[in-house]
Amino acid sequence: MMSLLQKVHPQNLRLIALAIVLVLLILFFATQIDNYLSPRMLNRIATSAALFLPVAIGQALVVITRNVDLSVGSLVGFLAFFMGDMLGHYDLGPVLTIVAFLVLGGCFGAINGTLVSYGRVPSIIVTLGTLAIFRALLIEYSDSRTITTDSMPKWVADFPQLSLFTVGSFDLRMTVALALAAALVFGIALSRLRSARKLYAVGSNPDAAIMSGIDSKRVVFWAFVLSGAMAGLGGFMFLVRFGNITVGAGLGFEFKSVSEIVVGGVNIFGGSGSMLGVVLGTVLVDTLENSLLRWQVISEFWRDALLGMLIILAVAADTFMTRSFTRLRAKKDV
Amino acid sequence: MKGFFKTWEGLLLVILIATMAANALIVPEFLTVQNQINLFTLSIEKAIVALIMTYVIISAEIDLSVASVMGLAACVFGSLISGGWNPVMAIAICLAVGAAAGAFNAFWITYVGIPSLVATLAMLIGFRGFARVLLEDRGINGFPDWFNGLARDPLVGPLPFSIVLFIVLLVILGYVLHFTSFGRKVFVIGNNAEMARYSGVRTARVKTAIYVMSGVIAAAAGLLYAARLSSVRGDAAYGFELDIITMVLLGGVSIFGGRGSMLGVVLSILIVLNLRNGMSLMNIDGHRQTAVIGVLLICSVLVPNLMEHVRVFFSRPTQAPAKAAGSGAAPTRVE
Repeated sequence: MMSLLQKVHPQNLRLIALAIVLVLLILFFATQIDNYLSPRMLNRIATSAALFLPVAIGQALVVITRNVDLSVGSLVGFLAFFMGDMLGHYDLGPVLTIVAFLVLGGCFGAINGTLVSYGRVPSIIVTLGTLAIFRALLIEYSDSRTITTDSMPKWVADFPQLSLFTVGSFDLRMTVALALAAALVFGIALSRLRSARKLYAVGSNPDAAIMSGIDSKRVVFWAFVLSGAMAGLGGFMFLVRFGNITVGAGLGFEFKSVSEIVVGGVNIFGGSGSMLGVVLGTVLVDTLENSLLRWQVISEFWRDALLGMLIILAVAADTFMTRSFTRLRAKKDV
Repeated sequence: MKGFFKTWEGLLLVILIATMAANALIVPEFLTVQNQINLFTLSIEKAIVALIMTYVIISAEIDLSVASVMGLAACVFGSLISGGWNPVMAIAICLAVGAAAGAFNAFWITYVGIPSLVATLAMLIGFRGFARVLLEDRGINGFPDWFNGLARDPLVGPLPFSIVLFIVLLVILGYVLHFTSFGRKVFVIGNNAEMARYSGVRTARVKTAIYVMSGVIAAAAGLLYAARLSSVRGDAAYGFELDIITMVLLGGVSIFGGRGSMLGVVLSILIVLNLRNGMSLMNIDGHRQTAVIGVLLICSVLVPNLMEHVRVFFSRPTQAPAKAAGSGAAPTRVE
């Protein structure tokens, strides 16, 4: 046991703990809800998690650099509405649409990034401001209209049902594949790419990062651009998932994304976290939400109350485990 | 006195006077006492909570759950009243619920060691959930008249109870923050929590006290919200945390803790309320108002930074030797 503890990095111990919690949770709900362990339920949770995963990925990149992006919810809403409206006039086709979402999101992210990096304004202040500003843009632009997929090209409404491949009664939806692809790209980049490792350097010790010649301003700037682009992808998911978009689109995504990545073991004070953790955290939170929704024993009104408690418990368990593991390792080293 | 206008509070005062003057020029009835009171009662709950949020942020923590505690207290009150309880008893219970909520937050933050951003974020969802559990999708009204009048009927001169409470809290919290040892401890913890602990400050105890106060005051503000609207629903005070934090940060309180003053926060509250009031009189809708305040929030930090940049740029010759010797990190301040 001890030798095992020596070999496994604390970061991975945390992921293992998280996976165990997820499995226990699924087993528990399997005893409570009929037909829980079915491909249908799996699809439901996967598509729900796919909606939130891109935003969580972007949030994680920013949080690793010791910042936070609270504007993502408003950005998702604005982009979903704006692009939905555009698609009503011009049919760009799926690929160009996604690219447009990413680029537009990146441009908005650049606004945040410029203010944080080059304006030296703390990220919580900047994004608290742009949270309000982007939402106001949406309300201004929408003129309190609601747009529906009826006015858009047919592929938009069909997109969520699109499957990449089907195994038996399980099919991997296109949206899920897209979200996983994004996680995979950023996961590999974060662990392999030198330029992506700079995110960790800046987050764990900004002064040391500057001393060792890293342009920390540029790194933070790009983290915000990428977060904006991922919010763009989130906006695309939102558009295709929900047929009608109102001014309330994406409300609260910022809080949800922060809780997901924190559950996934990304340190809120920067410097550590992994993409696998972000995926696990997102899946855990969405499994909880979807399962609580379908749990007959409790009314739907209990869902948020339980969710809040469970998030805090998950983080507390994580804190405890990491602390005691580190202590055990330290003892062994002595 | 000349130095005062160079401080953050001085700048805020200038902005406040400018806003009020602009409002008065555009809408003549703006400066009437009744309008000023009306403007204040409209957001009095946020202003009250901003006072205690000042403590929380100066101690380098944050409380995102305040709006949910407000909603929870309002919903507890609503369900007790509809259950036939005595209103005075119900108010006492609501304040106790607020204290319990604050203590709950403090437990996770100080004893378990969860960052306050995370703990109170979880309880932003959690407390709101409990509020929804209590009322489900009912709305409750039919409160006693004296209760509904708390935010409206004059109590002292033309001032209703809610404004009197704000002033009393302001005096007490301002005094405690700036003139007592407890207040010093809040600043010391915000500056350097480790150092505070080594020099004998019981940081856990001080933080717990702050969070419990935050819970109680948020609960009181939630009750005032219920009184002002004469009804409660599960989404009472939804999303207020952002406005409250904006008020505090605009007041010059550092998000990194250890710096700020009650005077600055009061001035920023007045600016935000006057701005909103002026814009409403000019028929600018709520979301545009929020956007303007968002811009103001960013500019409040950005503009001084840029000024600093300009100053450094023009005094470069004297700056050069220091830069060569320095770390090359943040530009050294030129005095």
